[in-house]
Amino acid sequence: MRYLTDRKRAVGKGAAGTGTEHHWYMQVSAVGLALIVPTFIIIAGRALGSDHASVLETFSHPIPAILTALVLVVGLQHFRRGAQIMIEDYWHGTTKKAALIFTTVFSYGLTATGLFALAKIAL
Amino acid sequence: MADDTSGVRPLSPHLQIYRWQVPMLTSILTRITGNALIVSALLWVWWLLAAATSPEAFATADGFLTSWFGDLVMTLSVLGLWYHYLAGLRHLIYDAGRGLDIPTAEKLGWACIIGSVVLTVLTLIIV
Repeated sequence: MRYLTDRKRAVGKGAAGTGTEHHWYMQVSAVGLALIVPTFIIIAGRALGSDHASVLETFSHPIPAILTALVLVVGLQHFRRGAQIMIEDYWHGTTKKAALIFTTVFSYGLTATGLFALAKIAL
Repeated sequence: MADDTSGVRPLSPHLQIYRWQVPMLTSILTRITGNALIVSALLWVWWLLAAATSPEAFATADGFLTSWFGDLVMTLSVLGLWYHYLAGLRHLIYDAGRGLDIPTAEKLGWACIIGSVVLTVLTLIIV
């Protein structure tokens, strides 16, 4: 006898039995990014075009550094899962798997690279 | 055919002859901008890594990103980012079950298109 009720087993699952976590992650990360991206655009935009010393100076301050780290981590995870939807819509079989693996590797790789650069400047 | 209704049955939309409408345009633009922004992210991380590496590396990356071509790419990136931003907010409204009737959906679509252009111009002025 199972102690879980039918409802309890159904909550949080879509028709496919999975996938609602993905949608919820996109909603949560969308709201999070909506809060930080406008400030990040201003900081990154102003830094872009200034001289090397000013760039190092900007990203050694706590707020630009923390915002950049958050945009890198959350933004690229948001990208990874968004790109996943596109890949699953247009490709199938081995192509789909290869594209998903590439997107995942690329997203983490770019995040790690960005965080390394940021840490080197900020610390 | 015992029951010939071929003249009255609704046809499924055929993409080549389907008239473009605001909801479908703004929907596909969300996907295009979201995925295209990876190019902006890649360029920006390259620039940041170059800044962390050496003045020479920074000069190369900064030289590219502040050239006319770099300016063009970055301006389009900002436009794409603001568009995706507004369209994402619209998705949150849709997902809450609001704004799904056609007149509201079309207004929200136009708000995304016009709003992203306005925000891009504002960004270029501020930055």
